[in-house]
Amino acid sequence: MEETRLILNNNTNYNPVCAKEYAKNGGYEALKKAVQMTPEDIINTLKESGLRGRGGAGFPMGLKISFVYKTPSDQKYVVCNADEGEPGTNKDRVIFETVPHSVIEGMIISGLACGADKGIIYLRWEYPQVNELLTKALESARKNGYLGKNILGSNHNFDIEIYIGAGAYVCGEETALLESIEGKRGEARFKPPFPGVVGLWGKPTLINNVETLANVPLILTNGPAWFKKFGTEKCPGTKLFTLCGNVNKPGVYEFPMGVNLKDLFAFGGEVKKGKLQAVQLGGVSGSIINAEQLDVKMDPETLASKGLTLGSGAVLFIDDSEDMIDLLENIMEFFVHESCGKCTPCREGNMRLLELIRKFKDHSATLEDIDTMMDLSETMICASLCGLGQASPTAIVTTIRNMKKVFTDRIKEEQNNG
Amino acid sequence: MLNEVEKIASAYKGRKDMLIKVLRDVQPLTNNTLTPEVAKTIANAMDIPLAKVYNTATFYALFSTEQRGKHVIRLCRSASCHLNQAEELLDQIAKKLQIKVGETTTDGLFTLETCECLGLCGSSPSMMIDEDVYSNVTFDQFKKIIGKYR
Repeated sequence: MEETRLILNNNTNYNPVCAKEYAKNGGYEALKKAVQMTPEDIINTLKESGLRGRGGAGFPMGLKISFVYKTPSDQKYVVCNADEGEPGTNKDRVIFETVPHSVIEGMIISGLACGADKGIIYLRWEYPQVNELLTKALESARKNGYLGKNILGSNHNFDIEIYIGAGAYVCGEETALLESIEGKRGEARFKPPFPGVVGLWGKPTLINNVETLANVPLILTNGPAWFKKFGTEKCPGTKLFTLCGNVNKPGVYEFPMGVNLKDLFAFGGEVKKGKLQAVQLGGVSGSIINAEQLDVKMDPETLASKGLTLGSGAVLFIDDSEDMIDLLENIMEFFVHESCGKCTPCREGNMRLLELIRKFKDHSATLEDIDTMMDLSETMICASLCGLGQASPTAIVTTIRNMKKVFTDRIKEEQNNG
Repeated sequence: MLNEVEKIASAYKGRKDMLIKVLRDVQPLTNNTLTPEVAKTIANAMDIPLAKVYNTATFYALFSTEQRGKHVIRLCRSASCHLNQAEELLDQIAKKLQIKVGETTTDGLFTLETCECLGLCGSSPSMMIDEDVYSNVTFDQFKKIIGKYR
């Protein structure tokens, strides 16, 4: 199986930060078209392409832009969510290192479509070299007339600034991210109102993942029909997958949406040693499956029909030397640390789940504790304020569903030791 | 030192949205520590309540109100690094520096911390020392790397 590189351009022989060289290789063609188009035309093109958000939620991009477009305001913003903090994911870093101008171009076009003249890239502080590279790329875009006043001689204005975070996973959640840009603690806001209506500084704000924005120029240049040739009917295009964990060839690879997980496993050269025990899909907030469930298409619909998640496209391969309880403890420690603490189900729930996992670790758990974990998880999924608390029990819930033995074995041991 | 802090912060007087940037810029000057004096200086210079400075400073992993060393070593402990023996590496590093996680070496040079995902999952285990990023880290490499910071 070979990669299908639409976003990660195969031509890597040019300096990625240079706007001129990007333009020579077909870049900024989409923007040239966009400045001649009406906002409605751009929005309809994106709607027709079926592009959906690549950050994890999978919301239709065209629809999202139309909400911002329809909200009247003296000021609107386009925010690029580059707070890539989901463990097991580093696709956004690779996109910035390979084709930073695709993201910039995608932001400008989105700005034209929704009526925003200001863009902000919220970049995690852990990516200082990306900051350096992006700063140069933005300068180059400004110098060549793609950013700033009167873009490409039109009467459109748009400029982008970089905003650096300070280490908080929850800031990848869109409303927490906005709070952080405003200089506050990254605590999620209540929704509605959604950021498309009341966003940054109370103004309508379009927030998109890096990968989603990088798709926009491709669609404008090649047309929605071309885009729909890739991927699945309900989710066209490609997806960047981060293969990691105990896999032989870890890295970020681009495949059509709907690629089979067993092909990804083969492409990654299988596990380094021993046998595959489990896979976690979509980062630590994603679902865990056993090695027998590997034959599954990686697209939002197929996965959702099996109660699984695509998330950010992280694929964590776990070999049979790993103690799953140990991994679950690690995951729950992560969520206890990263919960912002604003709502009780998430703040308390993650703590209690961690305590319960530790009971299995030290063999003091009972069968009842499995039910308690399921009950607690359900409460968190229903009652947490934002995606963090709604998704953090996923690893435990899916392990119970797909690998129950992991838990029952520990109980038996206790009884045997009795 | 407080003069320099004041200089950085006063450039953003009234700009509460710039607080995170100010805290980030100030930290290297203050041994990576936001002491009450530093926080008060920032609050006065930016003309924002001290409580707000404390509120933001205590939320983000990058900032600390506890005493830290000149350099902060952050070793990733998230899933992919966890599966690639990051904990063994952490134990070796802690032993070498003769400190526990969260502590600072007696010479005040290094603070050892664990952190969550650094976005280098394709090349685990990974770590940062201040703003420098290292991936596929082995203990042997670590010993060489910290030489650069002594």
